[in-house]
Amino acid sequence: MNKIFLLRLDWISILIFLILVSFGISNIYSATFSEFSISIFNMQNLAGKQFWIFIICLIILPFILFVNASFFEHLSSVFYIISLISLIGLLFFGQKISGATSWYSVGGFTIQPSEFAKITTALLISTKLSSIQTDIKKVKDILKLFGIVLIPMCLIILQSDAGSALVFLGIVFALFREGLDIRFLYFSILSLIIFVLTLLLKPLLLSLILILTFIIMYRYIIGKYPKTNKSPFLIILFASIFFSFSVDFIFNSIFEQRHRDRFNVILGLEVDSKGIGYNINQSKIAIGSGGFIGKGFLNGTQTKGGFVPEQHTDYIFSTVGEEWGFIGSSSLIILYVFLIIRILSRGEKHTQPFPRIFSYSFVGMLFIHFFINIGMTLGLLPTVGIPLPYISYGGTNLLAFSLMFFIYLNLDANRLN
Amino acid sequence: MIRKNILFYFTLGVSVIFIFQLIRLQLFNSEYSERSLSNATLERTIYPPRGLIYDRNGKLWVSNKPVYDLMVVPENLKVFDTLELIQNLKISKKELTEKIRNAKQFSKKLPSVIERQLSLSEISIFQEKMWKFPGFYFQKKTTRDYLLPIGGNVLGYTSETNKRELKMKPDYDLGEMIGRQGIEKTYEKILRGKKGIKIFQKDRFNRIIGPYEYGNYDTTPEAAENLTLTLDSDLQNYGESLMQNKRGGIVAIEPETGEVLALVTAPSYNPNILIGRNRSKSFNKLVNDTISKPLFDRSLQAEYSPGSPFKLLNALIGLQEKVITPETVFSCDKGHYYAKGAFMKCHNGIGTKSNLVKGIYKSCNSYFAKTFVRIIESQSTPDMGIDLWKTHLLRFGLGNYLGYDLPVGKPGFIPDSNYYNTWYPEKNWSSTTVISNAIGQGEILTTPIQMANFTAAIANRGFYRKPHFKKSADSKMNDSLYPINRTLIDSEHFETVIEAMHQVVERGTARIAKINGLKICGKTGTVENFIRLNNEKTQLTDHSIFIAFAPKEKPKIAIAVFIENGYWGARWAAPIASLIIEKYLKKEVKRKWLEKKIVEGSLIAEYEKPFLGKPFNINE
Repeated sequence: MNKIFLLRLDWISILIFLILVSFGISNIYSATFSEFSISIFNMQNLAGKQFWIFIICLIILPFILFVNASFFEHLSSVFYIISLISLIGLLFFGQKISGATSWYSVGGFTIQPSEFAKITTALLISTKLSSIQTDIKKVKDILKLFGIVLIPMCLIILQSDAGSALVFLGIVFALFREGLDIRFLYFSILSLIIFVLTLLLKPLLLSLILILTFIIMYRYIIGKYPKTNKSPFLIILFASIFFSFSVDFIFNSIFEQRHRDRFNVILGLEVDSKGIGYNINQSKIAIGSGGFIGKGFLNGTQTKGGFVPEQHTDYIFSTVGEEWGFIGSSSLIILYVFLIIRILSRGEKHTQPFPRIFSYSFVGMLFIHFFINIGMTLGLLPTVGIPLPYISYGGTNLLAFSLMFFIYLNLDANRLN
Repeated sequence: MIRKNILFYFTLGVSVIFIFQLIRLQLFNSEYSERSLSNATLERTIYPPRGLIYDRNGKLWVSNKPVYDLMVVPENLKVFDTLELIQNLKISKKELTEKIRNAKQFSKKLPSVIERQLSLSEISIFQEKMWKFPGFYFQKKTTRDYLLPIGGNVLGYTSETNKRELKMKPDYDLGEMIGRQGIEKTYEKILRGKKGIKIFQKDRFNRIIGPYEYGNYDTTPEAAENLTLTLDSDLQNYGESLMQNKRGGIVAIEPETGEVLALVTAPSYNPNILIGRNRSKSFNKLVNDTISKPLFDRSLQAEYSPGSPFKLLNALIGLQEKVITPETVFSCDKGHYYAKGAFMKCHNGIGTKSNLVKGIYKSCNSYFAKTFVRIIESQSTPDMGIDLWKTHLLRFGLGNYLGYDLPVGKPGFIPDSNYYNTWYPEKNWSSTTVISNAIGQGEILTTPIQMANFTAAIANRGFYRKPHFKKSADSKMNDSLYPINRTLIDSEHFETVIEAMHQVVERGTARIAKINGLKICGKTGTVENFIRLNNEKTQLTDHSIFIAFAPKEKPKIAIAVFIENGYWGARWAAPIASLIIEKYLKKEVKRKWLEKKIVEGSLIAEYEKPFLGKPFNINE
C-alpha cells in the first residue's frame, strides 16, 4: 500500500518544488551576501535560516502525507477559528515590522499568522463549498462563503498589511470554478478598468467617455437586436460613473500619500527615480542589467550594492533577473506556470469536490503571489509587499506554502481511494 | 468551458506579459546596464606623484609632501567642542558652521572638505584628539615641496584645476594638480605622469565595498618622470641674495650649450608660499602688487633699451660690413655734431682719439654713432642700410621670441625700414635720424635673456644655442644639443671685440668687475629711461647694465645683469655680474667686502621716489 501510495505521489511537482526552494535559498544567499558572510548552515545567515526551515518542512512532509484526508475536512472549522484568534491576538501582542503588525515574536523567531490563515481559510472554504447544503447560486450561501474569506482579510487589513489580505482573493478562483456567476468576474474586471482610468483621466472626463462608449454600444446592439431592453445599460453606466467618482474621492481623501504615490508611479503620473519610485526603478535596473545570461551567481553589482530594498524578500526576483539573466528569470516563470497548471489539471481530475476546491484555492493564492510579486518587481504593478512563495526569504511563508503543497500532494495521491 | 479554465488563462496571460517585459528590460534595453554600472561602481583616480625636479648638479630642488584635507561626513557628526576645533584650525565659527551646512546640503553620507591642505605640523595637534570629533577625518593628498626656497620664477607653480577649465582639458579631473607657470607648465606632461583608474564596487550609500571584478578593469598609473634643470641652484640662490631690495634681472648662460645657469628676477618670492592652505591669499598678494610686480619675470619679460653693450653688436656689424677696421680712428670732443645743430654727448674728453678697442673700453658714443652712420650709409638707401643692420641683429636672437622652454617671454624690438617709413611717411629719414640706435638707446628693446644670449654668441665667436632650462628627463638621459644658430659675422671680427671687452674690465669702465687670475670680458651700460607720471614723460634714474663672459678663452659663463634705476653700469650691475662669475668659476667668493656691499645695498628709496608725490632728483 505504501509503495503504491509513493508511486502515486505527484513526483514532477515535488521536483519543481525542490528546485524552486533550492534556487530560492541560493538567491537569498546572494542577496544577503557580503565579504563577511558566514556559513550557509549558520542560523545567523538568512539563507541558512531559510535552509533550516526548509529542512523542518521536509521533516513535516511524511506526517502530512500519511494523515487521512478527512482529517483536514473535519477539523477545518477548528483550524479556521484558531487562526482567527491568532489574527485577533496580533492586534494586542503583535510585533511591528516594516509598518505592519503581522508578527508574533517568540524567542527570537517571528511567526506571521496571516500565512497560516491562508491554509485554514482554504480548508474551510473547501469544506463548506463541498458540502451538499451549500449552493453557490444562492445569495445567502455566496454571502456566507465570501464572509469566510473576508473576515481574515479584514483582520489582516487592520494590521495594515493590505498586500497579504489581497492574496485571499485567490480563493475566489475556486468559487468561480464551482459555479459562481461569471458576471462577478466581468464586474470585477470592469471596476478594475474604471479604477485605473479614473486615476489616469479624472472622473469627469472618464464619465464623458463612458457615456459615449455606452451610447455607441447601445446603438450597435439595438441595430442587431431591436428588442433589447435599455435599462441594464443605464444601470451599468450610472453605476460606473458613480464608482468612478467614489474611487476618485477615496483615492484623494481616504488614501494616504504613500498609497497614492505607489499608484502614481506605476501609472507614469510621477517620475521620481530617487524617491517613491526608487524601489521599482532600482529593481528594473537590476533586472535589465542582467541581460541574456546574467552576471552570474554572487556577481550582481546591484545585488551586492544593496540598491534594491528588501531584495531577499519581496524583491528576490530582481536578484534572479540580475544574476541569472533572461534565461534564469524566464525559466523561473515557466517553472512556476508549469507548477500552477499541473496542480490545476490534477485538481480537475478529482471526482470529490473537497480536494478539487482546495487545490484551486491553493493555486489561486499561489497565482496571486506570483502575479503581484513579479509584476511589482518588473515595474508593472504598484508596490505591494508580498513575497514570492518558495523563493523569497520568509520562514512562515515557506512553511505555509509547503504545508499547502503537501496537503495537495496528500489529496492528490489519495484521489482513487 | 470558460469557468473551468479562468485561472489557467490568467496564468498563461500573466506569464506571457512577464516574459514580454523581461525581453523588453533585459534584451532590448541597454539603458539599464549602463545605469547599473553607473550606480554600482565608483571610479577612483590614482594620481602618480608629480615628477621631482633636480638642479644641474643633481641636487633635489622640488619634491612632494603630504598635505591633509580635513573632511567631514555629516551623517557621523556628533556633538563636539566647536571652540577647540576652530582654535586649532584658526578659522572662525561662522566659517565652520557654514562649511558644515554646505557639506550637509551636498550629502549626508559622502565626505566634504572643510579645510584644504593643512600641513603635517598643523594637523599633528589634532591627531591624538580626533576621537573627540566624530565625523571628521583627514584625507592625505600630495603637494609640491620646495626644498630650496628659490627660483619661483623658473619653476612656476601648480594649483588645483577648477570647473571652468575642465571643458578645455578633458583628461583632467576637478581639483587635480596642474602646472600653471614656469617649468611646471612647460613640462606638465612629463611631470604629471599618467593617472590610473581603480574601479570599486559601491553600495547604495555610495560606500565602497570592494574592488570591482577583482580589479580586472583597473588601469595602473604610470610614474611621472623626474626632471633635471640646467640651473645651478647655488648660483641661483646667490643671484637671488645679491638682488635683495633691487629690481631687475640676472641671466647666466653656459655659452657652449645654451644651458641657463641662473635666471634671477627681483623682487621674487619664496615658492613655498604658493602651497598649502594660504595659497590663494599669498597668490592674490603677489598679483595685486602692481608696483614691484613680483610675478613679472624681469629677466624674461622686461623689455629695456640695451644701452652701451649694444655698441658691441654695432662694432661687429661695422667690421663685417667693412665700414670700419680695428684701426679705424674716430675723434670725440665730449661728443659730436652728428647733424646740423644735433649734438650727441659723450663722457670722453675733448680731443679724444679712439680706435675700435679704445672706443669700446671707453664706451665712446661718438665712435659708435659714426660707425652706425657708416653701416646705414654703406647701402644705397637708408632703407636698405637699416634692413641689413636688422638682418644681422636678428641672427643674434634679437627682435623676436627666443623660443626657450618657459611659457613667458617678450620679443623685444628691432626697428626696420618699414617702421621708420611709417613714422616718417615722407621718407625724409636718414642714418642720423635714427642715430640713437647706435648706442643702444632709441627704438631698440631687448630683454635680459636676449642680452645674455648675444653675450653668449660673442663668447662663442659667432654662434649661440637656444637658451633652455631642461637638461634631461628620466626617459631621455641627455637632451641632444640644440642646433647651432650662427651669426653672419666672421669669427675673426669677434677677437677684436672680445679683446676690447677684456680691456673694459682691465682698464675701462668696469674695473670693479676684475677678478684676479680670471680673464673677464664685459661691457657696461647706462640706460636713460622714462615713465609716464601724471601724464608727463618723466625721466628716472638710469638703469645699470652689465654684460660679461668669462674666461676669455673657452668661456664657461655668459651673463647679463640689469638693475633698474641703478644709475651707471659699474655701480650695481658690474659688481653683481662679477660676483656671480667668481661664485660660478671659483666656487668661492673672496671679495667679502664687495659681496656685503651689494647684498646690503638697497634701491628701495630710489623706487619710491616717483610715488612720493614730491619733486625728486635723478642720478644722484
